Amino acid sequence: MGPMFKLISQRIALGILLLLAVSILIFAGTEMLPGDLAESILGQSATPEALANIRAELGLNDPAFIRYFQWLGGLLQGDLGTALSNGQDIGPQIGKRLGNTLFLAATAAVIAVPLAIFLGLVAVRYRNRWPDKLISGATLASISLPEFFIGYVLIYFFAVKWRVFPSVATVYDSMSFLEKLNAIALPVIVLTLVVLAHMMRMTRAAILNVMQSAYIETAELKGLSAFKVIARHAFPNSISPIVNVVTINLAYLVVGVVVVEVIFVYPGMGQYLVDHVSKRDVPVVQACGLIFATVYVVLNLIADIVAILSNPRLRHPK
Amino acid sequence: MSNELKYLSERAARGLLNRRSFMGRAAALGATTTFASTMLASAVMAAGPVKGGTLRVGIQGGSSTDSLDPGLSTNATSLQILRMWGEPLLELAEDGGIDPRLASEYEASADAKTWTFKMRSGVTYSNGKSVTAEDVKATIERHAGEESKSGALGLLRGIVSMSTDGDRFILELDTPNADLPYLLADYHLVIQPNGGKDDPTAAIGSGPYILKSHEPGVRHVFEKNPNYWNDDLGHAETVELLVINDDTARVAALQSGQVHMVNRVPPKVASLVGRMGGVKVHSTPSAGHYVFIMHADTAPFDNKDLRLALKYAINREEMVDKILFGNGTAGNDSPINASYPLFSEREQRTYDPEKAAFHFKASGHDGSVLLRTSDNSFPGAPDAAQLFQQSAGAAGITLDIKREPNDGYWSEVWNKQPFCTSYWGGRPTQDAMFSTAYLSSADWNDTRFFNEGFDKMLLAARAELDEGKRKAIYSDMSTIVSDEGGLICPMFNNFIDAVSEGVEGWRTTKGFDLMNNYAPLKMWVTA
Repeated sequence: MGPMFKLISQRIALGILLLLAVSILIFAGTEMLPGDLAESILGQSATPEALANIRAELGLNDPAFIRYFQWLGGLLQGDLGTALSNGQDIGPQIGKRLGNTLFLAATAAVIAVPLAIFLGLVAVRYRNRWPDKLISGATLASISLPEFFIGYVLIYFFAVKWRVFPSVATVYDSMSFLEKLNAIALPVIVLTLVVLAHMMRMTRAAILNVMQSAYIETAELKGLSAFKVIARHAFPNSISPIVNVVTINLAYLVVGVVVVEVIFVYPGMGQYLVDHVSKRDVPVVQACGLIFATVYVVLNLIADIVAILSNPRLRHPK
Repeated sequence: MSNELKYLSERAARGLLNRRSFMGRAAALGATTTFASTMLASAVMAAGPVKGGTLRVGIQGGSSTDSLDPGLSTNATSLQILRMWGEPLLELAEDGGIDPRLASEYEASADAKTWTFKMRSGVTYSNGKSVTAEDVKATIERHAGEESKSGALGLLRGIVSMSTDGDRFILELDTPNADLPYLLADYHLVIQPNGGKDDPTAAIGSGPYILKSHEPGVRHVFEKNPNYWNDDLGHAETVELLVINDDTARVAALQSGQVHMVNRVPPKVASLVGRMGGVKVHSTPSAGHYVFIMHADTAPFDNKDLRLALKYAINREEMVDKILFGNGTAGNDSPINASYPLFSEREQRTYDPEKAAFHFKASGHDGSVLLRTSDNSFPGAPDAAQLFQQSAGAAGITLDIKREPNDGYWSEVWNKQPFCTSYWGGRPTQDAMFSTAYLSSADWNDTRFFNEGFDKMLLAARAELDEGKRKAIYSDMSTIVSDEGGLICPMFNNFIDAVSEGVEGWRTTKGFDLMNNYAPLKMWVTA
């Protein structure tokens, strides 16, 4: 366990360092945006007096580094701060939005990940024959179309023409679980189509790579069925590249779905972040940025750890 | 008209027969579709509003940063929310006049300096307390106070004193203002208990609905206020506002029957939406206008000939056709159109490349003129800038177009750079429009228009209680802006809303879109 424990704790420490660096980057980035919060709150209806009043009240006259450390201090105590634009606590608001985002991402992942891996296995089993070509062609086509286009096409047929699923995916507390699933059906389909190809192609490539090995030939010569060779012997040894690409896609499902959220009016983190960026609501933007960064770092950590665990050479060092 | 058809239409109006069956049976009786649907519509109006049901609105503008403080409300969604739970003292009427709301009557002194408002008796807030004249005073104090962040602050200048006398609220101004009732009808000024000084975001008011669920930028649910005093407002039992900012998603939600009405249908698709079954598009003329603004005190636009050259170099009809797709009217380089109560026609300025070339030569300007634009300055602004570039090119004037980012446009470009695209939402009166943007001392004098004679006329018109005389003064003021000012106003945009056949009671109304945001309150659910 010794070297592995060391490896893993190194990774975690590195992750924390990364997050700190990200927090500085995020802060610097939001400082560089043109315009300021007071002007954005009042929009075109700003008068000089009203602007001065708002700036004084929100403490926008303090220097940047003081505001950074105040924020970081609060953060370490679990306080995300107060949204400048509407004076509400950020924590509960983000919690709700993050919950929605994770719900959408998890539902899409539950469908997309097994489907992608299964399709990858099938593609390897029938490599260079028509099922392989069909799977590759279809998934590549769906990843090549922009997601808003797929979204609109699905809305046109499923919501407007046939009225099977709603076009507006707004979910709220008083809905039952099944109602929520029905509401998010269309965005889940879009997200599945978008992430499917990447994971499926990687599964196929990784397994094909292993298929060249001598022990696969042995397994084949033992007389095992082709699918069993792939699933039992080739797949475990190609887990690490597959897990990497799966986590990247999971991260994308959490942080990269602004467009899908806008089209389907889904109350997730992406839309929440965009609203606050355009209002220069710095504390919220920073909190969102940091949460997104955490998601990326944690998922990559998990990928690394799984890769380490799945590698016998690291699990059983000499 | 056959009695059978009449009988059927009445049944349909009462909801005992659905629309589709009615149309089918009407066709069987030999009525044309148009005739049958006109007949149904009038029968529905005659039968009167149906109470109850859930009315859903897909609305543009909301954001998760929105506050419930009436003073900070800036977009179409927060305005709609105010209409639901709150009430102002006075309200803009459908025809552009003034309706009393929380004030049952009001009067001005002969010099239009002292105004007295009598409170409607027996009106209570949703928390059970009575609405008093003291609350009105506190509300105006909060919005007009020195610490105020309210969007209505600019309207409330010049108040000398406020007092109450039993159920009367008395307001004194430093200069006469015949238009004061219009200023008090501003949407920010909903009356709150103690003026909202204790908690401005409590959403406690005397409106027809009570806020039940509030998720900014997502969804707002309202339930009927059982003690509401006015039977003409608030027919549905529950009203749901769904914030849908994406244009296509909003229209799709209406098409798929998830909402009963939407605002801001993009002009590009308005006619297509109108052709769909079960949906009706309402394109309502408004005082809103899309503009190209020059700073009249900044070179090269400080030259009157150059300003005139550019005004003659724009093709207004073409813009109405290609930018608004016919959903609007040509402007005349004044911010005033027929939507205003005291409007009078002036001679229309038209596209004239020869005159433009003449004035351009007279200006002595050499080289090109830089025009800044962005997507959010008005819908289709970059396209409009290109049309302008072409029509000006035909007159020998070179326009360079610089595309600015949406982000920060209102803080970095508008009211800062000398020539850019922008829009105005219009104001209820000419006085309000001119004092907001054309008076020398106005905060938003975005054309840098400084004209002493114009300022004097504005004050004179404000104190003038004779309508004929005011009308004449306003007409002259429009002419001055049009000839001297830095405003190029090619078009007035219509508000385009769409409603499904599941609701009835639409009436053309002045003010903002969705019947001045009264559609969810004045319309009712039929199916």
